[in-house]
Amino acid sequence: MAKDNLLSYEAALEQFEVVIGLEVHVELNTKTKMFCGCANEFGSEPNTNVCPVCLGLPGSLPAVNKKAVESSMAIGLALGCKIAPTGRFARKNYFYPDLSKNFQTSQYDEPIAYDGEITIELDSGESFVVQIERAHMEEDAGKLTHVGGATGRIQGAEYSLVDYNRAGVPLVEIVTRPVFGAGDKAPELAAAYVRAIRDIVKSMDVSDAKMERGNVRCDANVSLRKKGAEKLGTRTETKNVNSLRSIENAVRYEIQRQAYILSQGGTITQETRHWHEDRGYTSAGRPKSDADDYRYFPEPDLVPVQPDIAWIESIRSALPENPAARRKRLQSAWGFSELEFRDVVNSDLLDQVEATVAAGASPQAARKWWTGELARVANASEIEISALQITPEQVAAIQKLIDAGDLTDRMAREVVAGVLAGEGEPAAVIEKRGLKVVTDEGALIAAIDEALAKQPDVLEKIREGKVQAAGAVIGAVMQAMKGQADAARVRELILERANS
Amino acid sequence: MSELVYRPASELVALIAKKEVSSVEVTKAFFDRSEKLNPVTNSYLHLNRELALAAANSADEALSRGEVSSPLHGVPIAVKDNLTTTDAPTTSGSKILEGWVPQYDATVVTKLRQGAMPILGKTNLDEFAMGSSTEYSAFGPSKNPWDLDRIPGGSGGGSSSAVSGFLAPVAIGSDTGGSIRFPAAVTGSVGAKPTYGAVSRYGLIALASSLDQIGPVANNVLDTALLQDVISGHDPMDSTSLPNSLGSMAQAVRQADPKGLRVGVVKQLSSDGFQPGVKELFDDTIAKLVAEGVEVVEVDCPSFEYAVAAYYLILPAEASSNLAKFDSVRFGLRVTPEGNPTIERVMAATREAGFGPEVKRRIILGTYALSSGYYDAYYGSAQKVRTLIQQDLNRAFEKVDVLLTPTAPTTAFKIGEKVNDPLAMYLNDIATIPANLAGIPGMSVPNGLAREDGLPSGVQILAPQMQDALMYRVGAIIEKLYLAQWGSPLLTKAPKLEAK
Amino acid sequence: MSEITPDTVRHLASLARILVTDAEVEKLAGELAVIVDSVAKVNQAVSKDVVATSHPIPMANVFREDVVRPSLSQSQALSAAPDSAEGRFRVAAILDEE
Repeated sequence: MAKDNLLSYEAALEQFEVVIGLEVHVELNTKTKMFCGCANEFGSEPNTNVCPVCLGLPGSLPAVNKKAVESSMAIGLALGCKIAPTGRFARKNYFYPDLSKNFQTSQYDEPIAYDGEITIELDSGESFVVQIERAHMEEDAGKLTHVGGATGRIQGAEYSLVDYNRAGVPLVEIVTRPVFGAGDKAPELAAAYVRAIRDIVKSMDVSDAKMERGNVRCDANVSLRKKGAEKLGTRTETKNVNSLRSIENAVRYEIQRQAYILSQGGTITQETRHWHEDRGYTSAGRPKSDADDYRYFPEPDLVPVQPDIAWIESIRSALPENPAARRKRLQSAWGFSELEFRDVVNSDLLDQVEATVAAGASPQAARKWWTGELARVANASEIEISALQITPEQVAAIQKLIDAGDLTDRMAREVVAGVLAGEGEPAAVIEKRGLKVVTDEGALIAAIDEALAKQPDVLEKIREGKVQAAGAVIGAVMQAMKGQADAARVRELILERANS
Repeated sequence: MSELVYRPASELVALIAKKEVSSVEVTKAFFDRSEKLNPVTNSYLHLNRELALAAANSADEALSRGEVSSPLHGVPIAVKDNLTTTDAPTTSGSKILEGWVPQYDATVVTKLRQGAMPILGKTNLDEFAMGSSTEYSAFGPSKNPWDLDRIPGGSGGGSSSAVSGFLAPVAIGSDTGGSIRFPAAVTGSVGAKPTYGAVSRYGLIALASSLDQIGPVANNVLDTALLQDVISGHDPMDSTSLPNSLGSMAQAVRQADPKGLRVGVVKQLSSDGFQPGVKELFDDTIAKLVAEGVEVVEVDCPSFEYAVAAYYLILPAEASSNLAKFDSVRFGLRVTPEGNPTIERVMAATREAGFGPEVKRRIILGTYALSSGYYDAYYGSAQKVRTLIQQDLNRAFEKVDVLLTPTAPTTAFKIGEKVNDPLAMYLNDIATIPANLAGIPGMSVPNGLAREDGLPSGVQILAPQMQDALMYRVGAIIEKLYLAQWGSPLLTKAPKLEAK
Repeated sequence: MSEITPDTVRHLASLARILVTDAEVEKLAGELAVIVDSVAKVNQAVSKDVVATSHPIPMANVFREDVVRPSLSQSQALSAAPDSAEGRFRVAAILDEE
C-alpha cells in the first residue's frame, strides 16, 4: 500500500473550497425482491433465495414489486422530492460476476423522484440545506467471497464464489446535488446527512437501516477548487464507506489527499476510491474511463410507473413525522437537558419514552425507566431493549403506583421483573408476589420505636438535629417491614417519633 | 394409420376426442416419421419420444375420464428450441447453451402441458433466432421439404420444416422480425405473430424484448388459430403481457365472410424488390378478393422505408444486453484459456467460442448503437421511427380493416446463397418487420407457387393491435378462396419426403 | 462516412466481453461499416419533436404484490453451473494478481 501524502486539514481548508456529493443506497425491507418473489432475507443459506429471474436464467422476465415502488415514492416524498408522472426502468450494462444478468435494472433519465431538499443540523446547531437531485429504484447485486490469497480480499484471491441471495434486493439510490459552502464542516455534514437519511428511512419502516449490515451504504464524492475559482475540480468517488465515522474520516482524508496533490501543482484523477476503515486511508480503484460506458436504455421488459395524484397523496399522508422535527418537538415538550435527550436518542428509545409519557408517566420518570432499569436488564440479558416483553403502558402503570405511594422503587423493580418474566400485567404480579406498601402506621411506628430503642446513640444524634443519622434507622425499619414500606414515610415518622 | 401425419390438427383432435384414435397412436406416428426423416430435414435438435408418449398416455387417460384440457387436447406439438423446457435441453441454436437443461418451463410450455399436448421435441433455429434461414444455427441448417437444397426460412426454420414436412402437426415459433411468417411463406405453411403481449414471453430466450412474440405455426389457418387459443392469455410473470383476452381465434376463422371487408395494399411494399412470381401471386390474391366484393385501396406508409434500418438498430441493441447473461457463471459453456486467467478473460473466451459470427456481429453492432455519443443518433432515432410507423399504420387503419403484403420478397433461396451477405439476408424481413416495430399482429397464408421456381409464396395479413381475430378471419377468407381453386391444400403438392 | 475502425471494434468487443483476434477485428470492421452505413438513415427520418417508442403497446403500472413465492433449491440453482463450491457459483479470480 502506497501511503498518500496529505496536506494538513487546516492548510487544505485555507486554500481550497470543498465540494461534496453523496450517493446513499438504501436497501428496502420488503418481503420479496425488487423483480421476483424470492424472499428478501439476510443470512439465509447461499443461493436459496434465488429463482430464474434473479439468477438471470435465459428466458426469465422481471415483475416489479409494488411495495418497493411505494417505499421508493415514500422516501422521495420524505425528502421533499417531486414524484415523476412517468418513471421508467433502464438497464445499466456492465459485466461483473455478482450481477446475474450482466446488467443492473435501474433508472436513468426518468427516476421516480427528483428535486428534493433536506435540512441537516450539525451538533453545533449550524444547519445546511442539502439539495436532492434524485431518488431512483434499482436492484442490489449478489455477494462475492474471495478465496485464497492472504486476507480474503479481492487482491491475490485464487478464485471467487458467488451467492445471489442478495441479487435483486430492492434499493433506492438517493443522489445529492453538489454541496458547497460547508467548509471545514464538510466531513461532519456528510456523516450527519447519512445519519439523517438513515433516521428517516428507519422512522418510515421502509428499511432495516442497519449500516453494519449494509442496509444503508454511502459513496462520497469529493472535489476541491481553489478559493474563488468558478470551475468545479475533478472529483473522486469513495466507495465502501459504511459507518458514520468512516464517512467523516473518508471525506476528511480525501480533502487532505487532494489538497496535497493540488498544492504541489498536480492533477486529480477522476476515479473510484476505496476506503479502508482499519487503516484510515483511501486507495485507487479503476479509473473512470470509457470502460464505464454503461449503455443505458429503457428496460424493454417493464412498463413505466405512472402514479396518479391519489396514489401519491395517500403515500404522502401516511408519512411519519420527520425524525429531526420530532426530536426537536419532543425535547422541548419534555424539558430534558441536552445530555438527557441525547442519551434517549442514542439509545434509540424515543418511541418507548414517548409512548410511556403518552400513557401517563412524567417524561423524567419515563426516561429513567428506559435508560436506567430497563436498559440494564436488556444489557444483562444481551437482548435489544425493544425485545423486552414489557410495554410502555405497563411501565407507565407501574410508575403511577409509585407516584401514588403504593409501590416503593424497589418493589416497582420487582414488578417489572415479574412482567418481564411473563407473570402478567403489573396488577397480577403485585397480587401474586404480595407486593404492597405497608400503610398500617401502627405497625410502622412499632417497628420504628423498636429500632430507635436499639440504637440510642442515633436517637441522640437526631435530637441534636443531625437528621441524616436517620438513615441507619430507615434501613432497619425497612428490613423489618421486608421492604414493603414507603421509605419517605418511614423517614418522616422516625423524625416525628424521635422528637416527640 | 401412417396417414395420420397428413391430417390437420383440427381433425386429429376430433378423432382423439371420439376415441377413434388415441393420442399415443398419433404421437407415435409422428415419432416414427420424424425418427426416419429428421436426419434428412434437420428440423429437430432434440426428440423426446419417451416423455412425449407418457404425456400422450396421460392425455388419453384424461379423456377417458371425460376431461378435455384444451382445444388441441392430445395433439402432439413441436417447440422451437428457444423456449425453456425442464425435461429437454434448450440450446437456442447456440453452442454456448449446449447441454443446458433449464430449471423452469416457459409459460407457453406449461400451457401446452396443461393443455394435454405432448411435446415431440425442440426445433432448430438460427442461433438465438438471429437469421432468416437457420444457416446460423450452431447445429446445421434445417432443410425445406419442397427442395432440400433450400432454406426453410428462419429463424424458425425447424418449426416450419417440421410442420410442412409432416414431422409435427403444429409447432411453436417466435417472431422478432418475421421468424414465424417468413418460414411459413417459404414452406407453404401458415404462421402467425400475435399482437405483442398476447402470448407470454416468460421462458422465451430473449432476442429483442420489445419485438419478440411467440406464435403458432401450422398447415392451415384453423389449426393456427386453435394453437393461438391454447397459448395466449395474460401471464403475471410477463409484465408486458396483455391484461385482457383477445377472444377466440378459432371462432373468428369459422366466420370467414368477406362481406364489408376493406383491404389496404401498402404502396411501399408492392412494387420494387419482389421476385416477379411472388408479385404476380400477390396481385392474384388481391384480384380474388376484389372478385368477392372486397374493397381494396392503396395506403401510403412512408416510414416503412426506414423500418429495416430501425429494426437493425433496435434488435442488436436489445440483443447485446439480453445476451450479456451468457457469461459461463451460472449455466452453459465455460472456456478457460491457458494460464491463470481472470474471470474477465474466461467470460471473453467463452463468448468468443460459444457465439457464432452473426451473433457476435449483432452484439457488437448493438453495443455500438447504445454507446455514449451514438445513442441518440442510432438507438434513439430508431425508437422514433417506431413512432412514425405506428402513426402511418394508425392512419392506414382508419381507411381499411387490414393490410396485405407479400410475406417475403422471394421464395426460398438456396442454402449458402446469402450466408456471407448479412445485408442481403436482412432484406428478407422487409415486409414482416413493421408489424414487430408496431406491435401489431401479422400472419402468412400460402397463396401459390411462384412461376419461376415452383416454390411456395405467402401473403401477409396485418391487422391493428388487438385485432388478431380480424386477421384470422381474413386469413380464413383467403385460404378458402385458394382451396376452392386448388381443390386441396398447397402442401399436398409438395414432393413426398419419403420418396427421397 | 462510417466511424467503424478496427479500434472501435476492439473497444466494442471489450465492452461486450468477446475475445476477438486481429483478423476478426478487420473482418468485423468491414462488415459493420457496411451495416452501419445502411442503418444510419434512421437519423434523417426523424425530427426532434417525435417521441420515442420503447414499448409497442402503451401500458403502465404493472406490478406484483409483495408476496413470497417459492425459490429454487440450492442444488437446482447450481445444477447447470460449470463450477460450484460451498453452495456458491465458483468463478476465476476477478482481478489480475497485483
